[in-house]
Amino acid sequence: MSDAGAEQGISITGLDVWFGDGDERVDAVRSVDLQVVKGASVGLVGESGSGKSTILRALTGLVNSWSGTMQVDGEHLGKRRSRHFYDTVQMVFQDPYASLHPRHSVDQVLSETLSLHKLKDIDRRIVRLLDDVGLGTAFRFRYPHQLSGGQRQRVAIARALASEPSILLLDEPTSALDVSVQAEILNLLTDLRAERQLTYLMVSHNLAVVGHLCEQLAVMQHGEIVEFLSVRDLRAQRASQPYTQQLLRSSMGFVRDEVTTA
Amino acid sequence: MTLLEVNDLNVSFPTRSGEFEAVRGVSFQLGQERLGIVGESGSGKSLTGRAILRLIRPPGKLRAASMRLQGEELLSMSEKQMRRVRGQRMSMIMQDPKFSLNPVMRVGEQIVEAYAQANRGNRRERREKALAMLQSVSIRDPERVFDAYPHEMSGGMGQRIMIAMMLIPDPRILIADEPTSALDVTVQMQVLNIMDRLVSERGMGLIFISHDLNLVSSFCDRVLIMYAGRIVETCRADRLHAAEHPYTRGLLNSLPRLDTPRERLAVLHRDPSWREPSA
Repeated sequence: MSDAGAEQGISITGLDVWFGDGDERVDAVRSVDLQVVKGASVGLVGESGSGKSTILRALTGLVNSWSGTMQVDGEHLGKRRSRHFYDTVQMVFQDPYASLHPRHSVDQVLSETLSLHKLKDIDRRIVRLLDDVGLGTAFRFRYPHQLSGGQRQRVAIARALASEPSILLLDEPTSALDVSVQAEILNLLTDLRAERQLTYLMVSHNLAVVGHLCEQLAVMQHGEIVEFLSVRDLRAQRASQPYTQQLLRSSMGFVRDEVTTA
Repeated sequence: MTLLEVNDLNVSFPTRSGEFEAVRGVSFQLGQERLGIVGESGSGKSLTGRAILRLIRPPGKLRAASMRLQGEELLSMSEKQMRRVRGQRMSMIMQDPKFSLNPVMRVGEQIVEAYAQANRGNRRERREKALAMLQSVSIRDPERVFDAYPHEMSGGMGQRIMIAMMLIPDPRILIADEPTSALDVTVQMQVLNIMDRLVSERGMGLIFISHDLNLVSSFCDRVLIMYAGRIVETCRADRLHAAEHPYTRGLLNSLPRLDTPRERLAVLHRDPSWREPSA
């Protein structure tokens, strides 16, 4: 990962994120260094509470109690995010049932997003966005309750693509979906990345999903990155940290008589 | 030995466009084994689990030719008799302990309550029983957990407490509906091992409902695969990878795998004929 490439993607150094003050303070992310070069796809893996989603939230400005340096496309991030930032970086959330307004049609969701980004030609763009995510115009005037989980996630992806970003932050984009629908969404994300040269930073607890969509991953535990490894090493089960090895074993299915009283 | 025998089970709900048949003609037998039920959301797997306990609320309707628990017909039991079956002869563990435990009651009292439903004994005996049960689900400091409230417990601890509570009346059958989906993978394995050990020690029958094909094939003895309310295939769990039904094959192929990288994942093309019984 060269410095020249990092300037174009995401570069995080010495990131700390905390919640609460004094005795109540919880350090959710501790001195994290993470580089995602332009065009790469990197996974963040770990258990609930390990801080992986918090990194995405700090990046997008949804959490303000952080210190360290974060750069996106060479731009230093401060307390507020510029319009340029949101034109470059977009996020897809885990639960497509919660992330769409129940009383806004697909058309409203997308046209509002497009006008927020001050884009012209809204009508033509909506048609294209729906086409790009494999929905087609038949879905344009539907409401979320008329869509399946997979279709909703496609709308959420279309919304994220509206500003033509170069970086997508994916927070467990398929964990609320059935496996057959997960396959469709993963294929869509693969295609979109190839067509638009997107950079992905994906949070997931599923090693197989990360292995499918990413080339590299960072393993998190208790707010810290404990290991970086390539997907090739992951597939060959060449993990050096015991925690990563444990995650790998667990992802292979149930092993009888391994009772540990932890 | 057959513990449970279900014949032609149907569950339906009235909708504006007519009766929706959520479970259609499900028949199976359960012995002292781990039986997995897999399927996607809406396949009727959870409703099958609830229907066995006759927990289908109106306007939902349950119909079956017969449902026999150790030879006894469940369908002809009164609601009062059913209440004695639930919890004591057949128990159920749900997905998220946060929603199954009473948040304003100490953990110990809840376990004691489950025990006292079927057993007599003074305060001290009950407490000792509950502590022993907590110990058997690998909780190291049962005294502290006994006096704690559910919100003080992690998800993995909560699910162990649920297992303790469900097993203390010594039921013959345990129905576990996605018991570990809300847990982190490493904790998941511990909880499954505890459940597995207790179920086999007590010679119970386990119905394990899950959407996770890998987990079911490595954990269970036998698997039923459900699609659109119907069992489309039954096979030995360790032979699941060799399943024959196109739906099962489609599900297996749509899974990303660490050991076999693929450029694109296979997409499931649903065939309307899967909805109908095979000839």
